[in-house]
This record gives sequence, C-alpha cells and structure tokens, in this order.
Amino acid sequence: MTTLNTIVQGVLLGGLYALYAAGLSLIFGVMRLVNLAHGDFIVLAAYVILALSSAFFIHPVFALLIALPFLFALGWALQRVILNRTVEENFLVPLLVTFGLQIIIQNGLLIGFSADSQRLSLGAIETLSLSIGGLNVGVMPLITFAAAVAVIGALSVLFYYTALGRKLRATSDSATFVQIVGINPRAVFAIAMGIAFLVIAIAAFFMGVRSNFDPSVGPARLLYAFEAVVIGGLGSLWGTLAGGVILGVAQGIGAAINPQYQILFGHIVFILIILVRPRGLFPKQS
Amino acid sequence: MSGAVLETRALEVFYGDFQALFGVDVTINEGETVAIIGANGAGKSSFLNALAGLNPAKGDQIVLEGAPVGGTPAYEMVRKGVALVPEGRRLFPSLSVEENLLVGRHGMTVDRGWTLEAIYGLFPILKERRNQPATTLSGGQQQQVAIGRALMSNPKVLLCDEISLGLAPNVIKDVYKAVSEIKARGTTVLIVEQDLSAALSAADRVYCFMEGKVSLEGRPSELTKEQIQNAYFGL
Repeated sequence: MTTLNTIVQGVLLGGLYALYAAGLSLIFGVMRLVNLAHGDFIVLAAYVILALSSAFFIHPVFALLIALPFLFALGWALQRVILNRTVEENFLVPLLVTFGLQIIIQNGLLIGFSADSQRLSLGAIETLSLSIGGLNVGVMPLITFAAAVAVIGALSVLFYYTALGRKLRATSDSATFVQIVGINPRAVFAIAMGIAFLVIAIAAFFMGVRSNFDPSVGPARLLYAFEAVVIGGLGSLWGTLAGGVILGVAQGIGAAINPQYQILFGHIVFILIILVRPRGLFPKQS
Repeated sequence: MSGAVLETRALEVFYGDFQALFGVDVTINEGETVAIIGANGAGKSSFLNALAGLNPAKGDQIVLEGAPVGGTPAYEMVRKGVALVPEGRRLFPSLSVEENLLVGRHGMTVDRGWTLEAIYGLFPILKERRNQPATTLSGGQQQQVAIGRALMSNPKVLLCDEISLGLAPNVIKDVYKAVSEIKARGTTVLIVEQDLSAALSAADRVYCFMEGKVSLEGRPSELTKEQIQNAYFGL
C-alpha cells in the first residue's frame, strides 16, 4: 500500500510538472525556440496573481482569471517586440536573449517584491483530502493533475481540430513556406507565445498554491519542465504529460527511500531515459 | 491581347555577394501561359521566388497591374494575387491532404471560384485521399496537392516551379492537362520548366534564361530548334 501511495502521489505531482512543461513544449514545437526564462515567467505570473489578489482583496482564482488576458498580451508582445528578432538568427541568439530575460525578471522581482517567500492561499481546500481505496489523496494535487490533463487536452484540440491549429502546425513545418499560403510566421509565433503564457499563468497559479515561491525559484521550475519535455519527446504534448508523470513518480520513489533523494532520483531517471531513448518516449514524427 | 498583369523591369536578384539575375525584363499578359526555360543554374527559380516574394527585390523591378511590388513579403504577395507552387512541392507534412488545401485559403482576398470542391473536381483522387497525411501520397498526387493549395488562394497569377520534376512521363501529361484547365478558367500561369517539350506545348510564349539573363523570347511556334538550343546551352 505504501508503494501504491508513493506512485499515486508521484503521478499527481507529475501533473504540476506537466503544467510547467506544457508551455515550453508548445513553444519549442511551434518555433524551435528554447525559452530559458520559462521558469521565471512562471514565477513572474505567480507574482502577478498574488499582486492582483492582495491589491483588490480577491480570491486567487479570480486573480488568475483577471491575469489571463494580460499575460496573453505580455506573451504576444514579448514575441512581437523581442523574440521575433531572434528566431531567424542561429539558435544561440534566442538562448542568450532568454537567458538575459531570466536575469532581468529575477532582479526585477527582487526589487519589487523582496526575497521573502510568498504563497497563494486558497484556504481550507489546501488541506482537504479524499480517501480512495484506503489511499489518502489530497484534493489540490488531484485538481492540479486534472488541470494538467485539461490544459494538454485543450491544446491538443486547438492544434488538431481548429483553423488556428492548422496554421500553427503548418508554421511549425516550415516558417519559410507557410508564407506562400499567406501566413505571416511572425504573427503566428506571437499568438503561440500568447497561448503559452496562458498556460504559464495556470502553471503559476498551481505552483503558488502548492509551494512557497520567491524570485529565485524559476530556474528549478525550468529544469523540471525541460526534463518532462525531453522525457516525453520534444514537441509532443501528451508526451509532455507522460514526462511530467515519470519525473513525479521518480521523485516520489526517491523521497520514499530518503527525502534527500527526491530531486536526485528525478534527474537519474531523466538521464537514464535520454541514454536509452535520446529523442524521448514519444518523439514527434519528422 | 489584354494588358500586362505582371512585369519585371531590369530585375536583379542577389544572394549576399552572388548575383543570380542581371536585369531581367519579362512581361506576363492577362490569361497567358508563359514558360521560363533554361539549364540548371540559369536563374529560373531565383526569378520565380523573387516574383513570389521569397527573394528580395527592389520595389519598381517587379510590377503587378501597374503597381510596384518588389520586396513585398511572400505572405503579402499571395494576398495580392500571386501564388507559388514551389519547387519540391513543400507540402506541410503535419497536415492531411485536405488541411494542406484549406491552409491555402489564408491567402485569399478575392473569390475567383476556386473552392475545395473545385479543386477536388480538378483532382478527384485528392478527395479520396483527403484524410491521409499529404506526404504519404505519390509524387504526382503531391504535386496535385501543391497546385491545389496555391489555387485555394484564388490567384490572378499562378507561378509553377518545376512541376514535372521527378515525375513519370504519363504523370507529367496529367499535371499539364490540369495546367491547361486552370488556364481555361482564366488564371494567368507562369511556369518554370526544364522539360522542354512540356514547356513548349503548354506555353503561349517562352522566355529562355541563360546565366541570369534572358537569352531568347518568343512564341513556341515561331522559334526554331536551333534558336532554342543556342539560347538554352549557349552553343
């Protein structure tokens, strides 16, 4: 029963990692851009939700809903104003630019919010748990996992069943030749980044509810997101969910052996998987 | 004869320091089918890509219905009515046959009657295969998708780059039969072709390119074999 419990908790934790990773996976899939500031944008979004919530005395869920359109606009503008200038250069340029953004965001947050730990508080629901078949399962971890499935399901529907998804896939196939059908790839990239920021806002909400955060925690979120994306296979959305779950379970097993091993076990499983399957478990067909 | 739809005036194209075209003057009149022939490296594709907006050009060197359009981005050129069937087809592998056609719709600004059903009428096999990934089709069928995708933008001028490349002779015949049907519906067609017989039988007028310049121009019926050989190979 303890083993089963460890696995279930790990799977649910994997939902959070999949949320961290979904935006990264989307951006990499559409424009082959590795956003090193991804984790810091999650932290920035958490502060936006926190600030809205405390400034207007509203529940963090409402703060999230208010933040969503603003974060979409921020992602769109980031792509239009900064990142579109880098995507046609060699791959180092976007890496360096997003690394620079990472430093700017971390220091900006330090100035604005200090280094104190913060948390989004939802009240009693945080400690609620359900007893399912003898297992105690937290309500928040369950909601987080459900949110991850919903987000990735919604992205899949968007990608494969809508006209916008068709544009996104065609642009991902060839940013040059999509132009001959009347599509401006830079406009598509900006929309994709806006959508990624919606996912970032949702990930930020659950991060802020599930754990403390301060301006320095972004890079660790980026690392989990990276590992989930690479385990799942670059550019594969459902693979990203699987990657998050594998990472969560590995960390859970590590923690069960010795709490110090939690993070280590995640990295070990990640390394083992890229040794055996360098392109991840569910690579996008090329 | 109707007036010029698309013209180039002393068109030059550069790739960095390398010059691919040296002052090319070509006129395409409304409703015509014009072929550009020439050996490998003569500048035919550079020419077509410049017209489609994929290669940079100076504003007044390309004129569409009297307006300078050189240097317009490719996604704007489609909306202005110039659609490209690129060399190598360049279908979107993540998209099905029908999605490849539908994505072509983004470039449409004027409806000239090219609907999905009209494309399926021209290429019936595509309707049967519409849910297949486009790149799993045979070469000839993929070429049909590429032509259909360009037509979905309802262009005034259709640019076709080496549409016979890598296809069997009977398939080439089918592709050119489609080109003549497209012409019959009033679309102006510009083809770039290495297959001389296909080009000469489809075109009203021919330009031959050699080393980035026009080396010969005329109606296929008025040109002798020797003239074409000289212009083609520089003999």
